[in-house]
Amino acid sequence: MNTTTVPTPQKPWETTNKQRLSTASIIFAAILISFIVIKLTGLDGKLGFLSTLFIVSTLLIFIQQWRLRDKAAAKDSLLSSFALLGMIMTVIPIVSIVYTVVIKGYKGIHFGMFINDMSLNSVNDPIKDGGLLHALVGTIIMVGGALVISFPIGVLTALYLTEIRGKLSRPIPSIVAGLFILSSLVYPVTKSLSGMMGSFALSILMIPTIARTSEEMLRLIPQELREAGVALGGTQWRTVAGVILPAARSGLVTAIILGMARIIGETAPLLLVSGGGDSLNFNPTSGAMGSLPYYIWKAFLTGGTDEAFARAWGGLLVLLAFIFILFGLARFISGRKGN
Amino acid sequence: MEERATEVTTNDGIQKSKDNQEAVEKKMQTQVAPSSLASVAGNRQARVPGSELLGTGLETRGVHAWFGTKHVLSDVSLDFAAGTVTALIGPSGCGKSTFLRTLNRMHEFIPTAAMAGQVLLDGKDIYAPGTDVTKIRLNVGMVFQKPNPFPSMTIGQNVLSGLKLAQIKRSDTDELLESCLERAGLWSEVKDRLNEHGGALSGGQQQRLCIARSLAVSPQVLLMDEPCSALDPGSTFRIEQTISELAKTMTIVIVTHNMQQAARVSDYTAFFLSDGGPGAMIEAAPTSKIFSSPVDKRTEDYVTGRFG
Repeated sequence: MNTTTVPTPQKPWETTNKQRLSTASIIFAAILISFIVIKLTGLDGKLGFLSTLFIVSTLLIFIQQWRLRDKAAAKDSLLSSFALLGMIMTVIPIVSIVYTVVIKGYKGIHFGMFINDMSLNSVNDPIKDGGLLHALVGTIIMVGGALVISFPIGVLTALYLTEIRGKLSRPIPSIVAGLFILSSLVYPVTKSLSGMMGSFALSILMIPTIARTSEEMLRLIPQELREAGVALGGTQWRTVAGVILPAARSGLVTAIILGMARIIGETAPLLLVSGGGDSLNFNPTSGAMGSLPYYIWKAFLTGGTDEAFARAWGGLLVLLAFIFILFGLARFISGRKGN
Repeated sequence: MEERATEVTTNDGIQKSKDNQEAVEKKMQTQVAPSSLASVAGNRQARVPGSELLGTGLETRGVHAWFGTKHVLSDVSLDFAAGTVTALIGPSGCGKSTFLRTLNRMHEFIPTAAMAGQVLLDGKDIYAPGTDVTKIRLNVGMVFQKPNPFPSMTIGQNVLSGLKLAQIKRSDTDELLESCLERAGLWSEVKDRLNEHGGALSGGQQQRLCIARSLAVSPQVLLMDEPCSALDPGSTFRIEQTISELAKTMTIVIVTHNMQQAARVSDYTAFFLSDGGPGAMIEAAPTSKIFSSPVDKRTEDYVTGRFG
């Protein structure tokens, strides 16, 4: 029988060890040169070293590419270097923030904080006393309430702009439309402090973000899908519900994430309309309600002792962890079904 | 002139289908190699129009169309007899796709669109005031140029999506699913992967999935807007087979730029042309006649490849 020898699968486009070695030697050379440069000049220090390193290594790679290949490849390498720089400059602040919060906040974390509130304690008490259960509950209730209010209004506003394309859709940007609906609902009833009022206030901030993002996401849905839905005998509403919104699902989750990111750290509006309570309150319709940003704000500003600062950083760490959990959950939900 | 032409073709078609059947079958068995578009057209198997499901077909009376102030289609009167396949041919921009979209009221989906004239389905004007447009689109299905399965649905859900969109209750969905995919020539390829997403299929399979999807709501008429223009020859062949199969139970109108395709699949052919102004129908006749002895010089020039 005639047998074909099957070659082993290869990836010829990947970097070879030889190329890696040459890149590594260039970076090593760049580090060496930068070190010498900052010692000889007055640029000593971390920042000086890193900037010199960037300039030197970019130059070295540029020269290497020019010698190995041509001018176009050299220019290409220049762009890659700057893209990498941009990425690093974006990541550094994020990593730095998370690092700072974790380092300063872990001292303020203890199990008791998740089962106690601050009704019997002041922020200057030992960290082991009191907790932020009331703030966590308040944040969950108010952000959840804001989401329940904002998501339908925001998505309906976006649908009005993209699907119905009514007469109002040209002069009115989504931001104004969402705010108008909300302010006409909220202002007549703002009389007492409560968690629900906090939700309404947060919605004012959340709706524009959700409406704007959903609008962009719905515009990405190809027109052919709308035509296909309508051509199958669907009404516009059923086409939107059965075809357009499911197709835009991951985009709508992004809208929720951005909307929550916008509001979850808000302090001022909550202080005004929900009062900022220190005791556990599950009832959003009456009584002051705490929130994590308020808890942090209060510990920072009204305390002054090390205990209060540790408490604030601990609260910040919990807020950060809470945001990560929410975003991870949202991504998980949007990615679970579908593509 | 046009009225008369279409009338003749309609009678001719019904007769042809009975007379020619045996002759054509014989011809197909002997595998005569077609030498021209006309002989390709003559080589087609004729069909018997008729069962009740088909209705009496689709007729248009003086259809005009505009986009904004631009007059893109002028005075088209054309009949689509039940159980026939009609090909609309002509160069780009001649209004044939626009005409197709007036037949199931998809034309009005474009905000600036306007139209005049009548489109009669079973003798009733689909543009009459008070007509439920969703019912019209249920009866006159459509397959688009680019395959567009719904991305959020599996293959099975895609086929049955019409039932959901039009809120039709059916208990025998499993049988319906199989029969639609069978008729679209896709069942054997996807029967084990009905829960995969439509996007996992090849372009030709996706287009057949879209055909299966439009069959699930049992339309009398199926409009196809260049259904094979994005597909390779093999998939095109499969879809043409599907069209021939479907034409036994429904009326089909197909827009195509491929004249071999028009010759292979259609019973009648209508030639559209725009001389800078609005597009108009130049000639409509049985397909073999259009490709062998067209009346109009411009039709002859187009089908023989002298322009367009």
